[in-house]
Amino acid sequence: MQYLALIYSAAGSGPQPGTDEFGPFMGAYQAVTEKFKADGVFIAGDALQGTEAATTLRKRGGKLEMMDGPFAETKEQLGGYYLFECANLDEALKYAAMIPTVEYGSIEVRPLMVFE
Amino acid sequence: MTSPPIHTKQAIEHIVREDWGQILAILVKQLRDFQLAEDSLQDAVEAALKHWPERGIPENPKAWLLQTARRKAIDRIRRHRNFESKQPEYALLMEQERQDFEMNDEAIPDERLRMIFTCCHPALDEKSRVALTLRTLGGLTTDEIAASFLDKEKAMAQRLVRAKRKIRDAGIAYQIPEPEFWSERLNSVLSVLYLIFNEGYSASAGDRLIRFDLCEEAIRLTRAIANLLPDEAEIMGLLALMLLHHARSKTRFENNCLIPLEQQNRSQWSQTAIEEGTTLVKQALKANALGPYQLQAAISAVHSEAESYAKTDWHQIVLLYEELHHLQPSPIIRLNQAMAISYAGSVADALEWINTKDISETLQSYQPFHATMADLHMRNDNNEAAISAFQRAIELSENQPEKAFLKSRLNKLLH
Repeated sequence: MQYLALIYSAAGSGPQPGTDEFGPFMGAYQAVTEKFKADGVFIAGDALQGTEAATTLRKRGGKLEMMDGPFAETKEQLGGYYLFECANLDEALKYAAMIPTVEYGSIEVRPLMVFE
Repeated sequence: MTSPPIHTKQAIEHIVREDWGQILAILVKQLRDFQLAEDSLQDAVEAALKHWPERGIPENPKAWLLQTARRKAIDRIRRHRNFESKQPEYALLMEQERQDFEMNDEAIPDERLRMIFTCCHPALDEKSRVALTLRTLGGLTTDEIAASFLDKEKAMAQRLVRAKRKIRDAGIAYQIPEPEFWSERLNSVLSVLYLIFNEGYSASAGDRLIRFDLCEEAIRLTRAIANLLPDEAEIMGLLALMLLHHARSKTRFENNCLIPLEQQNRSQWSQTAIEEGTTLVKQALKANALGPYQLQAAISAVHSEAESYAKTDWHQIVLLYEELHHLQPSPIIRLNQAMAISYAGSVADALEWINTKDISETLQSYQPFHATMADLHMRNDNNEAAISAFQRAIELSENQPEKAFLKSRLNKLLH
């Protein structure tokens, strides 16, 4: 099964660029990505730019509305994802728990829909 | 169809309840679908209710139910619009059907561990874990579960459907967890079993009339799991804890008023349950894998062995609470320990202990804290403080027999 691990965290939480902690933090991301690849569960994974770069769209009554910013203004925002191929939920949870942001943010694990 | 005679019907219901979990566990493994398995077994039970009164109960009722449920599953798959997607399961069922051997009850494997670990998966919410365990392993009906938790039947049915759907859609594996998840997952199983027990235990005598006996159900399930995992000391500890508490259940209420341990008629405690519980806890402690359930059972065993409340080995209980707090730090354990100190030492020691442990603030809205404080103040001849503590405890209590008990104590102080 495929599982999407959505990485949420609040702005300013966790190691910030320019601090001593940031290098090791990025290193930890590289290391887990290598681990996911080596274990054959990695399909994709990316970090997203901040919500200040987000644009939200919706079409109502044939009219396209465009908004500056994310879909919902919540404290914790989506910051990245991994897509895993795993045998079952336990395996997906095991890998998701290795994502460094789990220490201060939240990881939501969602199975992909399969259309029969 | 004429209704079967009452005694046959009861005998059938008894067999079904005893065997439901084991048969369903096998069906889920083969069909890889909780709902289909449950529906097929329900069909088989209806067939049993129809045929057994006429032809007599078969020699191997469990095997009969399993084989009939498999045939019902074949019918259901054939009728289903997604027939194609169930091909592998269908092929397996047909193969079993062809083998056509006389199945013996003893030869049926026990897959209930997979089932309980799946139903108690932490990815399901706690109440759903409890409900699903009662439905699938306990064989309780949805309305029995709803009544036990004072829920509407419809809401409970929806909860069960959602839980089964999540197991399927999220890919919760039907398996015994890998070693790396073992302790976390086992804890979840134990806490679900204990929740079931406590739901029954905290029900007042009045409530109990409409409730299925959840304590006995929890004991039955825990016993089954303990037999399947004989080396897990904490399961033994949990079973012992349940048995030791349950041994006192007949003496806990009178006229819908709670009777505290201190005033219970000890001659009416079930000696059989106490003996079994005490033996289990001793056996568990030998395994050298101390855990919170074993320690709570040990505390309960000390109470059970005491001739009277006054003659209880309070020093031992103080030490056991210390161990328990070490494993599972909690202000509630400190509070219970204070009560034991008030008997092992003095009331002044206990009050001093509560002060130094700094628990009053955290426990401000916890009813037993105020009831304990009331008791300590009363024994310390500080009636004014005792009265206000009783009043606060009564305000916080949500349980009628408990309220009645607290009020009776307060009234004695006021008159």
